[in-house]
Amino acid sequence: MSDIEQLTATALADIAAAGSSGVLEQLRVAVLGKSGTLTAQLKQLGALDPQQRKERGAQVNAAKEHIGAALAARKLELERAETAARLVAERIDVTLPGRDGTRGGLHPLTRTLERICGIFARLGYDVADGPEIEDDWHNFEALNFPPDHPARTMHDTFWFGDGRLLRTHTSPVQIRAAKGRTPPIRIIAPGKVYRSDSDQTHSPMFHQVEGLLIDETSTMADLKGTLREFLRAFFDRDFHMRFKPTFFPFVEPGADVIIRWDLPDGGSRWLEVLGCGMVHPAVLRNCGIDPQRYSGFAFGMGVERLAMLRYGVADLRAFFENDVRFLRQFA
Amino acid sequence: MKISENWLRSRVPLTVDSATLCERLDMIGHEVESVERIGDGLAGVVVAQIVACARHPQADRLQVCDVDAGGARLQIVCGAPNARAGLKAPLAMVGARLGTLTIKAAKLRGVESAGMLCSASELGLDADAAGLLELADDAPVGMELAQYLGLPDASIDLGLTPNRADCLSLEGLAIDVAAAFNLPCAPLAIDAVPVQGSRTIEVELQAPADCPRYCGRHIDGIDLAAQSPAWLVARLRRAGLRPISLLVDVTNYVMLELGQPLHAFDADTLHGPIGVRRAREGETLKLLDERELRLDGSFLLITDADRAVALAGLMGGFDTRVTAGTRSVFLEAAHFAPAALAGRARSLGMHTDAAHRFERGVDPELPRRALERASALIIACAGGNAGPIVEAVSTAHLPQRGAVSLRRARIERLLGITVADAEVERIFAALDMRCERSGDGWHVTPPSRRFDIVIEEDLVEEVARIHGYEHIPDRAPGGALATPALREDRVALAALRDQLVGRDYFEAITYAFLASGQLAHWQLDSGALALTNPLSADLAVMRPSLLPGLAAALAGNRRRQQQRVRLFETGNVFAADGSETLRIAGIVCGTAAPEQWGDAPRAVDFFDLKGDVEALLALTNAGAEFAWVPAAAPWAHPGQCAAIERAGQVVGHLAALHPDLGAALDLAEPVFAFELDVEPLSRRAVPRAQGLSRFPSVRRDLSLELPVEVPFAAVARAIRDAVGETLADVVLFDRYMGDKLGSGLKSLAIGLILQDRSRTLTDEDADRCTGLAVAALESACRAKLRG
Repeated sequence: MSDIEQLTATALADIAAAGSSGVLEQLRVAVLGKSGTLTAQLKQLGALDPQQRKERGAQVNAAKEHIGAALAARKLELERAETAARLVAERIDVTLPGRDGTRGGLHPLTRTLERICGIFARLGYDVADGPEIEDDWHNFEALNFPPDHPARTMHDTFWFGDGRLLRTHTSPVQIRAAKGRTPPIRIIAPGKVYRSDSDQTHSPMFHQVEGLLIDETSTMADLKGTLREFLRAFFDRDFHMRFKPTFFPFVEPGADVIIRWDLPDGGSRWLEVLGCGMVHPAVLRNCGIDPQRYSGFAFGMGVERLAMLRYGVADLRAFFENDVRFLRQFA
Repeated sequence: MKISENWLRSRVPLTVDSATLCERLDMIGHEVESVERIGDGLAGVVVAQIVACARHPQADRLQVCDVDAGGARLQIVCGAPNARAGLKAPLAMVGARLGTLTIKAAKLRGVESAGMLCSASELGLDADAAGLLELADDAPVGMELAQYLGLPDASIDLGLTPNRADCLSLEGLAIDVAAAFNLPCAPLAIDAVPVQGSRTIEVELQAPADCPRYCGRHIDGIDLAAQSPAWLVARLRRAGLRPISLLVDVTNYVMLELGQPLHAFDADTLHGPIGVRRAREGETLKLLDERELRLDGSFLLITDADRAVALAGLMGGFDTRVTAGTRSVFLEAAHFAPAALAGRARSLGMHTDAAHRFERGVDPELPRRALERASALIIACAGGNAGPIVEAVSTAHLPQRGAVSLRRARIERLLGITVADAEVERIFAALDMRCERSGDGWHVTPPSRRFDIVIEEDLVEEVARIHGYEHIPDRAPGGALATPALREDRVALAALRDQLVGRDYFEAITYAFLASGQLAHWQLDSGALALTNPLSADLAVMRPSLLPGLAAALAGNRRRQQQRVRLFETGNVFAADGSETLRIAGIVCGTAAPEQWGDAPRAVDFFDLKGDVEALLALTNAGAEFAWVPAAAPWAHPGQCAAIERAGQVVGHLAALHPDLGAALDLAEPVFAFELDVEPLSRRAVPRAQGLSRFPSVRRDLSLELPVEVPFAAVARAIRDAVGETLADVVLFDRYMGDKLGSGLKSLAIGLILQDRSRTLTDEDADRCTGLAVAALESACRAKLRG
């Protein structure tokens, strides 16, 4: 074996044995560097005769190429191994909790209100509002409740010293919204209402949504179609729905809307979910609208009741306790 | 109103079952609230008479009775204390089933017993279990008890609407039911009783608008021992009324049957002419329930010789009441105007059947008929001589039922269906309305008892109600398009809420009224708007701020072991003058972030909430219009309270709660809260696109030393004013206060981002800008550049 072959063999063995890119770099310097062993062989070529120089030169260059390739291959190998090792070392527990991933939530009544208003917005209704402190005119008289009328006893009213009151329903918004507008009118009025009554099924403050449509063609059939559409959209299913006659001073004819509701025990019963009717001509006149030319319908619903049905809330009072364990369920 | 189903069936020839009847009642607007079945399962129970009783040989408390059950004589062992020879009582024969009990022939203490004599409770008729149900002496022995008592029956409880006072009687209800089932219903035939007495009394209507008709009659020589017949008592009981005495029972019965409240005076206690007038201020009257009233001019009185003897339409007086010794009675049947009585009973905290009816309207043509009916019943049961009916009437003041026009087209216009003329006319006829055809429809005259039929729409409702709401189809409304604008120049309340929800807040809804004392802790109580009739002291004043209610909700959650609570609410707050402002408020305690394995926990601070509020302000896309100004509020920590202004106007506050307030609310740790008016947060501009600068920006950092009291806002403003429009942004990236600085000093590290829209800035440009900034800071903020 020539000395060059010997040198090459040694270098190749050392390369194969190198355990890190640092060691490999040292080997490269020792063999191919400025004062490396193979470089020294190249430098000695000048002292040889031309024929020898040629032969030996070819040998040295071949060895240089051979070693260089081995170095590159080993370098790649080592880098791959190092990357692999780093990736192993960087392994994390992906099941650990993330950072700041929590989110609050809307109150279930707000959820319900937004759902109701959202459905009516798609039907072309605009949102209207009015004050919670009302006067007798808007809350009662304009809605066809004369003073001392027995219908007023259905509204246990909170009063202020100056004769004003906390509105007992959202119906006064009908008057405020319709006054000064020209039909067609389609409005929906969500809001808080107050009645002097508190027990397991009554809260002194609760929420209603009032709806009003006035145009030149509206009929009770339109009202029925609208409310069926709403109930189907709200509960995301079809119901047996009925209108049954009832009395509200501000509509004539008036109706309660009842739906057939399935009970957990497999049975079902009729549930009252809305009140409605054709707007009373006296109410239209109070809004400055000609009842001979225009007709309209109005409807009102209790938001708590719809929320209880939709989300299976058993106790009305839970809505006003603001227990975050309750609220979190609606996030 | 409760009413016996059998009684109703006695007036209308119904063939439908009870459930169908109730469903139809519901569907014509008389809501069935409950149905109580009475006397089901009485087969094998008969009317029996005890012929003889003997002591049981082995038991002191038992008797051996010889009982006549009609066809047979039976030996029955009985333990009831009232078992006695001659008594008529129900007997459950062998084989009868009472609930789960089947009656068998048995030996009781060695003596054969062939059935069971029963109490009302054993038969499920009443709660009375004290002894055998005593039947009247004329009860026919051997008759099935159910047949004798008119059972089985049901007591139907109806929730009548206030417009239908005419249905507060069997007669009115029967007419409605008959119309709904297309069956006949003739009015009850009432004959005048023969007048045998001559006693009369003068009646004077001094308030004819309040009482346009007053009828009365004497009945003398009543048998004191007379009792109400069983059938009448049964009907009263099923209407929820307790039998009291014949005279009272008859007046109640006629009220139920016809709808006319009657009053019975002991005739011997009345002196001089009857008058009907308003009470004088301060006039007093002792009522039947022994309450002494001091009255005013809003009350209507019945008087004799100018003495108050009854509160008209509400309750009789104590001194003139009928008693067990009343032999002569004066019966009153009057028409009181609804307006004269409306609200009066309520103002006295009283509710009577009479007031309930008069307030809603009683048929003005009814008094004479009702008097005749009551007279006939009293005389049939207790004998006596009826005097002539006295009547005072002011025809001009009687309510008039004019004809109401109904256009055929109006039915379709309101209901969306056509109803055949024949059906319309059938309905009006069945409802006792006189109906004449006119050119385009009808003229309809309602009966005098229908106070609710005034306008055309009332008639449309009658047609719809009896024809059946179920015949109205579902339709989609037509009409003009009127799509509401999607306002882009407004921040929706929902967007504000969603922003806070996304920042880990839960929405609360608290009562809009609270205790005045609760506001006192916040020093917000002065001028708070108070209710005159609050439900309780805890719900007595309207909230002037959302924060007290939210803080209470926060404290409630802390008590329920929640460490980190973040709540917000939107709602109106109320000023002393009753004006309302929509606000949004939040309150927070606990750690800044939920407990986490990788980060050290840190208590929430002012700047966490400031970030939350800035996120709300950012929705306006005009964050720079808002300024944060040191401020003070009685409930706030004096050094950690900011007012937020938009264009110089305060829109709200953010602060730490004052530790004294925290202590009062039982909140020991720091609590931070904000409250903002929603309106100023809702204004935003529709975005307008601007061209972008194509030139690079340059950043220069300054390190400054300045007095601690100089707010950062002043520093930023000084830089902005000095550099002008080349300044694209100012970034505060460090702040230091501590030992390495002199006392009263802080250092700030600030980056100036410089950019020009028309060219690349040179180093000289940047140096010039920095120089301007430093000069301004030195003069305006007493700042020095640090070496």
